[in-house]
Amino acid sequence: MSGHVFHPGHEELHGVTVVVTGSTGRTYVGRYHERNQRGVVLKDVGIHEPGNGLPLEDWLERQRKFGVKVDERALVVPGDEVVDVGRLEA
Amino acid sequence: MPYPEQLVAPMRAEMRQMGAEELKTPAEVDAALGDVRGTTLVFVNSVCGCAAGMARPGLSLALNRGVKPDRIVTVFAGQDTDATSRARQYFSDYQPSSPSMALIRDGEVVHFVHRHQIEGRSPQVIADNLAQAFDKYCGATA
Repeated sequence: MSGHVFHPGHEELHGVTVVVTGSTGRTYVGRYHERNQRGVVLKDVGIHEPGNGLPLEDWLERQRKFGVKVDERALVVPGDEVVDVGRLEA
Repeated sequence: MPYPEQLVAPMRAEMRQMGAEELKTPAEVDAALGDVRGTTLVFVNSVCGCAAGMARPGLSLALNRGVKPDRIVTVFAGQDTDATSRARQYFSDYQPSSPSMALIRDGEVVHFVHRHQIEGRSPQVIADNLAQAFDKYCGATA
């Protein structure tokens, strides 16, 4: 349902599990809350550190198959770090 | 902290109306899922209006399409917490999310629908996903 606003009155991605690509090489998967002046606010977030554990695509596939392994209950990805935001489940 | 029971009562009733058995204690979960043959769908219910509000009708649609599991059971995340924790032990390879659904055949999880596969999707799309799994794992030739 592309274009469907999941939670009316909020941004289109509010409440949806997204992948945030960071300029530092970190990748975040979590439920999108909002984008504000501080950055992108995520909830129930898994974090992939480059060079640490699984390659990124394998890690993302694992999140899709087994669910998001939460590292942080909530965090803000600073606005200047955000390269891309997209749905985990395309 | 659980929501007031009167708020969640319609969500429980919606599950019962489609034939789901509510499991409110760990003992009830063990009786339903422990050492049981056949196919069981476990629906982890949620108060989230947008996700569970699509997932419940999606399941209802799927159950009316033909092949379906032998048994439908449900636990309510955030409400019946002990029962939900116990149920999740039966699909512990999967990270907890709610709403979510696990299709179990002869004690093995054969299909799982996470919350992120429900978000923003219509009941019809969710039903398509479930019906395909029911055809694959619950049919006479499965």
